[in-house]
Amino acid sequence: MNLRNVLTVYRKELRDALRDRRTLVSMFLVPAVIMPAILFLFGTVSHQVMKKARSEPPVVAVLGGEDSPAVRAALAAEPGLKVEAAPADWRERIADKRLRAVVEIPADFQASLAGNLPAQVSIYHYEGEFKSGFAVGELRRFFAGLRERTLAERLSSHGLPAGFARPFDIRTENVAPPEKVGGNSFGGFIPYLLILLSFTGVIYPAIDLMAGEKERGTLETLLCTPAARIDLVLGKFLLVLTVSLTTVACSLASMAVSLLVGGLALIGSGRLTAGLSQVGSKAGGEVLPLLDPLGLAGVVVLVLPLAVLFAALALTISLFARTQKEAQTYLAPLVAVVILPAVSGMLPGVELNATLALVPVLNVALACKELVSGVWQWTQLALIFGSTCVYAGLALAACVRMFGRERVLFRT
Amino acid sequence: MIAASRLTKLFRDKKRGEIRAVDDVSFTCEPGKIYGLLGANGAGKTTTLRMLATLLAPTDGVALVAGFNVATQPAEVRARVGFLAASTALYGRLTARETIAYFGRLNGLDDARIATRTEQLSAELGMDDFLDRRVDTFSTGMKQKTSIARTLVHDPAILILDEPTLGLDVMAARGIVRFVRECRARGKTVIYSTHIMSEVEKLCDRVGIIHGGRLLAEGTLDELRDRHGERDLEEIFVKVAGGEGAA
Repeated sequence: MNLRNVLTVYRKELRDALRDRRTLVSMFLVPAVIMPAILFLFGTVSHQVMKKARSEPPVVAVLGGEDSPAVRAALAAEPGLKVEAAPADWRERIADKRLRAVVEIPADFQASLAGNLPAQVSIYHYEGEFKSGFAVGELRRFFAGLRERTLAERLSSHGLPAGFARPFDIRTENVAPPEKVGGNSFGGFIPYLLILLSFTGVIYPAIDLMAGEKERGTLETLLCTPAARIDLVLGKFLLVLTVSLTTVACSLASMAVSLLVGGLALIGSGRLTAGLSQVGSKAGGEVLPLLDPLGLAGVVVLVLPLAVLFAALALTISLFARTQKEAQTYLAPLVAVVILPAVSGMLPGVELNATLALVPVLNVALACKELVSGVWQWTQLALIFGSTCVYAGLALAACVRMFGRERVLFRT
Repeated sequence: MIAASRLTKLFRDKKRGEIRAVDDVSFTCEPGKIYGLLGANGAGKTTTLRMLATLLAPTDGVALVAGFNVATQPAEVRARVGFLAASTALYGRLTARETIAYFGRLNGLDDARIATRTEQLSAELGMDDFLDRRVDTFSTGMKQKTSIARTLVHDPAILILDEPTLGLDVMAARGIVRFVRECRARGKTVIYSTHIMSEVEKLCDRVGIIHGGRLLAEGTLDELRDRHGERDLEEIFVKVAGGEGAA
């Protein structure tokens, strides 16, 4: 191997890539601008839709309850609901979204409450429909309040204290450090994202550098030089790896910035979603999930050999293909092959063990999940890092070997 | 000097079985001479030249290029060969200067030597006006000049030219012919494959007629004319190849 030749090829490929609009788009523009813009737009639109839905009281109807005028009056006075009399075709109206829910008040409901008799209120709704669900929530809140008040009156009438029917309260408190909470919540998602991005990042440059060069005729020009095949492969491989890691870095940085900016904007207007405010935030003022920085560094170290494996694998496949189109056909389905183990790493109950530590992609996903939570199992980490390095080395060796095969280079 | 002895190349194809692309081909090409390899499409010209340029390994036989064996000393061979073919394209996003420098570096030249060679080649080929423009903006003629500069950057003793005028307009093709003549004048060994008879008549000192992978006739143009009793090279070619239906 001649390092000068490797660097010559790498520098040329880097210059070429930086002049290629498609590479720039996939490496910088998509992860750094387009994806955050889409996410931000989606977030803003969904926020506005939710806000609008909540600002308009859902239309509900009351069935029965003619002998319970106080309850009906209280319900009609409820500011979060627009109450109507139930029409005959109320079921169809719910299905057609003209009516969000119907509450059925049984006969003698008020009398039952006064007489300490059991009673049941029924709510009819459209399962899974957002506004119907919102109406159900409002109705449940109203009747839960009524139940609480009725209970308090009954206890009082019997001279019993308010706590009689509530012997004790249950309080929960998180004692885990915020970075562990953040790691547990995002532990599966971060490696999934890193793995997916590092793979999608290799696809375009690998196709362009091997199948593309073959198709354009520049590979034959390159093969005429005295540079050893391994120098040419390594130079190209380094470029694919660079693009992949740059894509990952740009994506993560833009996501962090988007989350921070978007989250702060929402906090500023007091509309931070409940889910976000819970994540890794003690005071509610922090937007980004707190993650163990050492754990994140560990994740990067583990993902590196995986990116090497992906780059070498994609180059090998691309080299085998006759054309860029053929290479795309081979590489596109591989995204699913990579996603599956990466997603499996997010599933609850899938824990790292010695066998899974040898399964490529899945092993890294599982280890990363533990690392960001601050759990360091050194033996298994060494096994995972070592095995991934071996797989990456084998893939690179296969690529170099294939680059020396004339049947592949001149496959027509 | 190029010396090919009983050069053979077999390909295995799932549908067609074993294909003898080049079969027992022997010839010699001396320094300061142009050897023309004349043949129809699919005759075996490109495979022969790719073996000489070490892009393909011979199945059998030996070829020595500048005294080095193509099978066992490919890097030494490539360092002394300039290979130009219709299929050897350029990088569109590099400038002509960057292209020359890239191939200069891969041929082991240092930066000072690359700068000197770039100036020399640019002056010789008339590339000054477009030396710093990107190749994808070039006309066919500009691309051809850049390809020639790329081929000659390391000043190789041997030139292997595989149908270099294929797809070129008249002016660009004339430029190639002039360049080949100049190479001969500088004492380079040139092997030139083509199916264009007029190019052979203009350029070649010796001619080998290849058909079906076999070298069927070889000699100077005069020797071939005397041997086959024909003045017209096309008639000689048809006769050697086995008649009108041979292609």
